[in-house]
Amino acid sequence: MTPWQDQIPRKHRVDHLLIAEMVKPGSRVLDVGCGDGALLHLLAETKDVDGRGMEISRERVNACVARGLSVIQGNADQDLDAYPDKAFDYAILSLTVQATQHPKRVLENLLRIGERAIVSFPNFGHWSIRFKLLWNGRMPVTPNLPEQWYDSPDSHLCTVIDFVNLCKEIGATIERSAAFNASGRQLSTRGTFMDMHNLFGEKAVFMLKR
Amino acid sequence: MQVTRQDFGGGPEKPEPETVLETAAELPLSGTDEIEHPSSKVVRFGLDAALRLECKQDLAPYQIAYETYGELNAARSNAVLICHALTGDQYVASAQPVTGKPGWWTSMVGPGKPIDTNRFFVICSNILGGCMGSTGPASINPKTGKPYGLEFPVITIGDMVDAQARLIDHLGIETLFSVIGGSMGGMQVLEWAARYKDRVFTAVPLATAAWHSAQNIAFHEVGRQAVMADPEWAGGKYTEEGRTPRRGLSVARMAAHITYLSEEALQRKFGRNLQDRTTRTFSFDADFQVESYLRHQGSTFVDRFDPNSYLYITRSMDYFDMATQNGGVLANAFRGTKTRFCVVSFTSDWLYPTRESKEIVQALNAVAANVSFVEIESDKGHDAFLLEEPELFATMRGFLGSAAAKRGLLPAREG
Repeated sequence: MTPWQDQIPRKHRVDHLLIAEMVKPGSRVLDVGCGDGALLHLLAETKDVDGRGMEISRERVNACVARGLSVIQGNADQDLDAYPDKAFDYAILSLTVQATQHPKRVLENLLRIGERAIVSFPNFGHWSIRFKLLWNGRMPVTPNLPEQWYDSPDSHLCTVIDFVNLCKEIGATIERSAAFNASGRQLSTRGTFMDMHNLFGEKAVFMLKR
Repeated sequence: MQVTRQDFGGGPEKPEPETVLETAAELPLSGTDEIEHPSSKVVRFGLDAALRLECKQDLAPYQIAYETYGELNAARSNAVLICHALTGDQYVASAQPVTGKPGWWTSMVGPGKPIDTNRFFVICSNILGGCMGSTGPASINPKTGKPYGLEFPVITIGDMVDAQARLIDHLGIETLFSVIGGSMGGMQVLEWAARYKDRVFTAVPLATAAWHSAQNIAFHEVGRQAVMADPEWAGGKYTEEGRTPRRGLSVARMAAHITYLSEEALQRKFGRNLQDRTTRTFSFDADFQVESYLRHQGSTFVDRFDPNSYLYITRSMDYFDMATQNGGVLANAFRGTKTRFCVVSFTSDWLYPTRESKEIVQALNAVAANVSFVEIESDKGHDAFLLEEPELFATMRGFLGSAAAKRGLLPAREG
């Protein structure tokens, strides 16, 4: 183990663990909005991937590179156009799509750059959000979406069903999908699961192909 | 010319290469002989090993002066080539023999430093066209027995890199673990990655660009005109005539030095402070500290740099344009690359702004290259890459460290 591998906490985000489970070993991965590089590090450690990251925050990029990850400072809305078609096995957008200016264009770019796209996002259709909006008549603030509406970087929040509809619109096939409840447990996929995921899922993960 | 690829160490018993004629003793530069007989190591290539230049001329014989630090491992896999900038030299981490000052990048290169000489075998050579021991316009032209002056062929960044590659061949190194450099050194790094794709495991271009902008060409032209407008320049034959265009070169350096800083850094460092006086003198004396500082930069530069060398090297940078050289598409230069890149820019660098580093990154992305890109917050301008910038050090350590693990290089010995 090289020293930098000890710098990332051992506790992994549940959506990261699921994404890591979806990714085939040894594949080429682009993580758009890679943050502190936790997912890239997990993928490198458990799946031996050839990973690259893009991150908008300069501080986080510098921390990633200092940690030995291949990360560039860039913006999902502007800097994905430069990548060639199918350059990666997976193009990942983890809890970032809602913060982009043009989610549809970003998603189409991911499907172009990667053989598959893996997208996770906070579900605005979760019952607690619906309840808060109905009861308080105010924009919900939750552990998952902790900022006030004026501080939030999330300009394009959506529900699971909204996302499924966007996938249909851009001709993306949903190969896998999953949702987690507030305690990080994966929801069952029985029955009319999209509706259930939309109601009880706090975060959702989709694997797409076009 | 029988003396081919022969390595001479420094020291008094240096064998006389046949190309050096009697005039060598009269060479300029404060009475030093660093041009023909550098204090550093030097490799000489004979007539049978001519260097084909981009201008289609063959250069032979020629010599490349270089320094090394650390030890080459048995697998010859830990070599790092450092490419110096416009007015740099091979003395990256050891005293410069003319000025006696410490190496130009001792904060970055050395035992336990980010480019750790306990771990890596560091090579730094004086560029072709330079004046610290590699063949350049101040060297003796064997055909005439006089300094080349303007008879020296106009060289390019690519030519410098080709000459370095001959040195690396000579050292018996097939693949460099890393090629690292800032500013013009960064241009060489890019040329290395493009010309010798299989020989560069990692590349670190710092504060640089893939082509020289109109503004940068403009500043260089001001510098060259200052040199050439000085009557002491004597059409480039100042050495033969026993003269030196001190004022011209000094002005060139003063103008260039401003471009290496930032307005913020100048203001912070000097403001409107007066130099050794309490009031204006109503003269054209150096009243202000900033004037005095620039004059000092100019005059000390003249003591260590050859004016014609300055003309040739600035020209090579102006000619640099990797996009045009590759059919107008910068990405073409890197197609098929396996090199791992780490591109670094600095927020206050207006000479090689972040925008231009991003162009390199986009070109590398376009060929799905393995690239990291870091923009470092600094108010020190272009020179930031040479200064104490903790974020740069952390980036360099992290990038080289993880690449070294991939390359199977063991961490440096303790202590």
